[in-house]
Amino acid sequence: MSKAAEIDIASVSKIYGTTTAVHAISLKIPAGSYCCFLGPSGCGKTSTLRMIAGHESISSGDIRLGNTVVTDFPPAKRGTAMMFQSYALFPHLDLLDNVAFSLKMKGVDKDERRAKALEMLKLMQMEAYATRRPAQLSGGQQQRVALARALITDPEALLLDEPLSALDPFLKIRMRAELKKLQKTLGITFVHVTHSQEEAMALADLIVIMNNGRIEQAAKPRTVFERPATAFVARFMGDHNVLSGRVTKIEDDIVTLEVPEGQSFTVRDIGQEVGKPIDIGIRTDRVRLEPALEKSLGFQGVVSNVEYRGASVKITVIGAGSDDFTVILSDADYFRKPFSVGDAASLSWALEDVIPLGRLSA
Amino acid sequence: MTAIATSGEFKAGKTPRSLAAPHWLIAYLQATPLILILGFFFILPILTIFVVSFWDYDFAGLYPDFLTMNYTDTLGSWVTWKTYLNTLKFTAITWALTLVIGFWVAYFLAFHIRTTTMQMVLFLVCTVPFLTSNIIRMISWIPVLGRNGLVNSTLIELGIIPEPIEWLLYSDFAVVLAMVHLNTLFMVTPIFNTLMRIDRSLIEAARDCGATGSQILWNVILPLAKPGMAIGSIFVVTLVMADFSTVQVMSGGQSASVALMMKNQMSLLQYPAAAANAVVLLIVVLLMVAAILRVVDIRKEL
Repeated sequence: MSKAAEIDIASVSKIYGTTTAVHAISLKIPAGSYCCFLGPSGCGKTSTLRMIAGHESISSGDIRLGNTVVTDFPPAKRGTAMMFQSYALFPHLDLLDNVAFSLKMKGVDKDERRAKALEMLKLMQMEAYATRRPAQLSGGQQQRVALARALITDPEALLLDEPLSALDPFLKIRMRAELKKLQKTLGITFVHVTHSQEEAMALADLIVIMNNGRIEQAAKPRTVFERPATAFVARFMGDHNVLSGRVTKIEDDIVTLEVPEGQSFTVRDIGQEVGKPIDIGIRTDRVRLEPALEKSLGFQGVVSNVEYRGASVKITVIGAGSDDFTVILSDADYFRKPFSVGDAASLSWALEDVIPLGRLSA
Repeated sequence: MTAIATSGEFKAGKTPRSLAAPHWLIAYLQATPLILILGFFFILPILTIFVVSFWDYDFAGLYPDFLTMNYTDTLGSWVTWKTYLNTLKFTAITWALTLVIGFWVAYFLAFHIRTTTMQMVLFLVCTVPFLTSNIIRMISWIPVLGRNGLVNSTLIELGIIPEPIEWLLYSDFAVVLAMVHLNTLFMVTPIFNTLMRIDRSLIEAARDCGATGSQILWNVILPLAKPGMAIGSIFVVTLVMADFSTVQVMSGGQSASVALMMKNQMSLLQYPAAAANAVVLLIVVLLMVAAILRVVDIRKEL
């Protein structure tokens, strides 16, 4: 139905007065991919999306959509369509006129634009509600109408600003599946801003994790999960424990680091220097609650919290300079040898479950 | 902990039975103050006017009666019809001008002033003239518009006109000018209020759909501002329809309004005639308000 466009962001910055919301980020979003911008609030992800959409001016840098530099184009001339967080449906118009709005602005005559809008509503399975006002719809229905309104312009890229945040948890998961299906059918580029790791993992072909106006990592979900690039990504995604210290010894490609509390740990890494600060990540689901065979692959701590989650149990341990070292055990493993708060615990892991975490050159 | 809980339950269970007041009585008691105030200060006066409008009168007094004479006299006189026409003319012109000016002032305040502090400051500036009384604000136009007033003397000194413009003061122009001056704020306030409630993302969404500035104004902002415009219109229409002082002062007695006619009848002690007139005016104004409410649904704003 439509042509997808590659989005190329070239050292784009957004400066509000004296604060820089986005620091010269560069990113290529491949044509026809589902890209999720993920990060805590205030990280610059929404500003970036709004700059792609044209609702925010670009302080410096350029944005290219397909073969056109759209930096100075108004929103409607870019070939993008935006879906707003609260859907921003026009409350005084019925669904048909809401969807037909952009055609009306172009001067398409009434019968033609209504026919096209009805077709779009049919695609979203909302044709039965065509004469209703947005206020008479549920959140999920409003979202479908907002999608119909955005897609009627036949965009090359659809930009979604936290599209699922207004929905209840069950609907969230259903609409998530619908979004993914829609993107597959239409084949156009989707750029989706969210603060939910789960949402990004479930939807994205490309996850872009932002913090403080910088991109920490832009990679496939699997890479982000298995090889988080920085300590921030590891902490934000929540699947790795992060330990920070200084490099004390380098032997071949085995680096030994010492945390401020005195323990030493090892990690396989290259290009480190003795004395330099280093962060390592340890997969939470690979930590075992048994004494370490090698001293540098484990530590002794005190259990501070136990959370039962059904198939798994989350145990939080204090030790090695971390007060929330997390261990995810299967329920079977946990109940074979249960722990309670205050118990001493020996933790251990294998060398291949430890990864070095990089730092952003500021 | 347990003791407190038990005593609380005990009280909760006991109180209604000991008072033994049925729910309907409590509800009526709660509504009583409002009923009393509305009854004495609103319903009673209107009923009095309605009753008196059927009474007989001469130069010396009022005589309780049931006559329709006051109504037939009022509605049968061409003076009444002319006066109504004149009042409606003032109302229509003032309404149109206050609506246009009020909308643009509100639009400017709501969409072109960026900080909320500045918005509030400028809005308060709009209300400053209301710190003085209506009459004083009206009278202050006289030295501005008079034969030897500010406007005329400036224009003559600049050599733009050879002699003073006569229609500046004591004319329909002066009446409309003063009415617009006095009533524009009643338009600005409700429209500003509705404009401030418009979700800003709607405007971005419209822009995303390719709407130009004027298209956004026409297709998004104006339709959403309708309730505020209706409320402002109700204020202005009711105020102008019932005005007598502005017409009297600013027209120098050359123009008439319905309320001015009533005032004259009262000064001649023709209370029943004035009462009949008042009832007719009340009906006309209520019909106008009903017409406005038919066109625009203001319930969302209340």
